[in-house]
Formats: sequence, C-alpha cells, structure tokens
Amino acid sequence: MQLKFILFPLVFSLAGLHLHAQETNKPKDETEDLMKMLESETDNKGTAYTTATFKTTRIANGHSIENLGKGVLDFRINHRFGRINQGFSEFFGLDNASTRIGFDYGITDWLMVGIGRSTYLKDADGFVKARILRQTDNDRMPLSLSYVGAMSIQATELYPPPAGSGIEYKFSQRVAYINQLLIARKFANWLSLQLMPTHIHYNFVQFRDDPNDVFAIGLGGRIKLSNRIALTGEYYMVVPPNDRLTGTRNSLTLGFDIETGGHVFQLLFSNSTGITERTVIGQTTGGWDKGDIHFGFNISRVFTVVKPKGFESSRNKIW
Amino acid sequence: MKKILLLAAIAGLAAYQGNAQKLMTRTGKVSFFSATPVENIEAFNNEVAGVLDTKSGDLMFIVPIKSFKFEKALMQEHFNENYMESDKFPKAEYKGKADLAGVNFTKDGSYKVKASGKLTMHGVTKDVSGPGTIVVKAGSATVNAKFTVNPTDYGIKIPAVASSKISDKIEVTIDTNLKNK
Repeated sequence: MQLKFILFPLVFSLAGLHLHAQETNKPKDETEDLMKMLESETDNKGTAYTTATFKTTRIANGHSIENLGKGVLDFRINHRFGRINQGFSEFFGLDNASTRIGFDYGITDWLMVGIGRSTYLKDADGFVKARILRQTDNDRMPLSLSYVGAMSIQATELYPPPAGSGIEYKFSQRVAYINQLLIARKFANWLSLQLMPTHIHYNFVQFRDDPNDVFAIGLGGRIKLSNRIALTGEYYMVVPPNDRLTGTRNSLTLGFDIETGGHVFQLLFSNSTGITERTVIGQTTGGWDKGDIHFGFNISRVFTVVKPKGFESSRNKIW
Repeated sequence: MKKILLLAAIAGLAAYQGNAQKLMTRTGKVSFFSATPVENIEAFNNEVAGVLDTKSGDLMFIVPIKSFKFEKALMQEHFNENYMESDKFPKAEYKGKADLAGVNFTKDGSYKVKASGKLTMHGVTKDVSGPGTIVVKAGSATVNAKFTVNPTDYGIKIPAVASSKISDKIEVTIDTNLKNK
C-alpha cells in the first residue's frame, strides 16, 4: 500500500523530467528531428527508375532502350542523302535522298509499336518494343533490358526470276524478321552505353552461300555535351564476320542529338543507306574508308493522344 | 504486478502525448501551374512528405522532383533533365513555421494561418512566406497554400526558344492532408 504511494509521484516526476528534457533542447534539435523523420519517409519510398538514358527511342539508326509513354504518338521522318563521295555533280549526295516515314505509338509505358515505309527497297516495316527490366537510381537493378521484334516486307523485287520462266516471285520472299535485345546502362548523367545482340532472318537471299540467318552484336552510346546536345554512336558487327550477305559491311553511324522543345533532331553520318534494322545491320554495302558516307537526319515530333490519368481536369492547354 | 502495469500505462501515455503533436504524410499533394499566352502547363505531385508540429508550428515539406507528373511524357523528361536537373537536385525542401495561435486542433473547422520559411530547390534557398488555411477534421489537418516562384530566382535557365512557353510567375499549390502517425 505504502509502496504504491511512493511509486506514483516517482513515475509522475519521471514523466515530467522526460517532458522537461524535451523542452530544453527544443529549438534546434526538434526541427532537425522532424527533417530526419521526413527524409526517412521519402527515402523508403520505392525505387526510382533511371530516366532519359537516351534522348529518344532511336540512338541514330537503331532502337534505343527508351520507350514512348502511354498514349504518346511519335511521328518520325528519317532522311538519308546519297554518298558524299559522289562529288559535286551529285552535290555530295544531297541530290539523292532515301526516307522513312513512320508512326510509333506507346500502348503502355512498357510496350510500344510502330510502322513505317522506306524508300530504300520500298520497304514496309512494323515493330514491337517491350521493356523487360529497368535500371533503378539506387542500382538495385543495374541494367535496362528491352526486346525488339520487327518484320519488314520489301516491295522491290530484288532478285526477280527471269521473265517467261514461269517462276512466281512469292510474297514470302519479300519478308525478313528481326529479333533484338537491348541491354543498356546509364553510367552517369553524361554517359549511356547499350549492347544490341541481333538476329535477322531473311526468307530469301540472293546466293546459295548467303546465310538466311545473320547474327550481329551492336554497340551504341551517348555522350551528353550539354543539357540539349548529345553525341551518339552506333556500330553493328556481324558475327561471325564471314556469315554475312555477300558484299555487305558492318554499319557505323555517328551523330548528334539536338533537342528543342517538342522536337528531337538527330543529325548523323552513316555508311548505311537503309533505315530499317535489317537493311542497316545486314545489308549495308558502303564503306567509311571509301567515303561511302551518307549524311542524314531524323526528326521526331510527339503528340499526346491519350491524356494520362489524373489530367482530366488539368489546366494544360496550348493556344 | 499491478505496479508494473501502472508504470507501463503511464509511460505509454507519456509517449503517446509526445507523438500526438506531429501530423505527417508521405502522400501529400503539390502542383504547379505556368500560364503564358502560348501554353498553359500544369504538373502534379502526389508523393510529397510533410510534417506539422501542432505545438511549435514547425512545418516542413520534402518534394521529390522526379515525382512531378506531366501530361506530356517528353515535357516531364525535359523538366527533370534540362530545368530541374533532378539527378543533381532530387528534392525540393520547405522548412517553415506556421503561426498556429488561432488554430484549435481538437475542433473541426477552417483556420487562416500565416507561414514563413525557406524553400530550397535546384540548390538555391529563398524565403517563401504567405497566408494559407488549415482545415481541421477529425484530428487530421489539411494544409492549403498558394504562392508564386520565379524559376530564374532558383538558377533555372530557360533558353530563348522555350521562354515564351514558361511563365516567370509559376503558381505553386499545396493541398496536403496531414494525419496523426
């Protein structure tokens, strides 16, 4: 009984002491504590994906790890002039031009599709690009991985059967398929690198010794020169080197990304005439050493077709 | 046994009172709006951490920059890459004090308050103060406030091509519900 009476005031005074102690070191530490509390809250919040590994969905000729956002339509015009070693009579290639006009669309943030039509070989192509892994800022996932699957149908009859032979040029002979993995890492704000193991299947090839399946390893990269300008490069090496279509060479492209508001301009120099994967990676015939270099550019203009969630009542507007 | 129980109860009560004065959230809402004759831009952030000390009036927000959502994905990228440089400056912070003299946190209602403090973003700290309201409802408090910032004050460079599309008076809106934790 007595003990309880002693205990009561003791506990109260202890509690009071505790409060008092808090009171005395309040002004500074209290705010520090609050800040720490808040910081621990924000730091625990999920993992942030690394963004802007490349400026746009293409490095130069080929695909980059970037996808379009959900509901975004990208209108792309790719232009390749003739070879600069054609001299003044062809105005260093500028008299000739080969283009690809295409539309890409983001179905979800991880899946995009695209179609296009190229001058070179009168090629119609379609592709699907899907994200599999995404690099995170805290490096719990150090790499991004995507898959590109594409199909292309050329209208030009490359090796038509002799007239009157009665041999039919089948539709299937026009078709080629592409499987590609993109493995990318943004090493720093200024440096991103990407590996692109690629498989191309040609349904029909010109020579008996030509392989129907061509394999290649691509290496691409970006070095940011400023917030709006970046240097890009892309090289595709056919492996093994002799398992290639007759007369073809590896493709090397060097370019600049220049970004202005809603546009991204890509200026580039390449020994490839074509613009689709199967022509660039498997059917490039020009050589840098011989001056078979094409000047070219890509223009991309994006349109938000489907408003993202939460923007139904936003005040976003373009006059 | 009885005594230990009593002790535990008192200790628990003391601890409870210690925490009761801090209202928190990690899903606070902050948005901004830039209006120009060319284009209106609004972006929303629902991942803001905030805390209000109902006793001292200390008010703090941490705003993760990458969590601002734009209607245009490309604009969001440019916002992070070119303007806010969110890899370098991932968070904006507000550290302030609200004058809570007229606020009764035990009685539901809308109270006008004034707050003053410092806003740090893009590595630059500036004084930001102004009026706001605190809406008390069932022990939770919703902080509402509006103020304007000029990007150039915070060292954010806007190139000539974009200057007609980005206002120099960007309206920031805070609408954040803080709860007992």
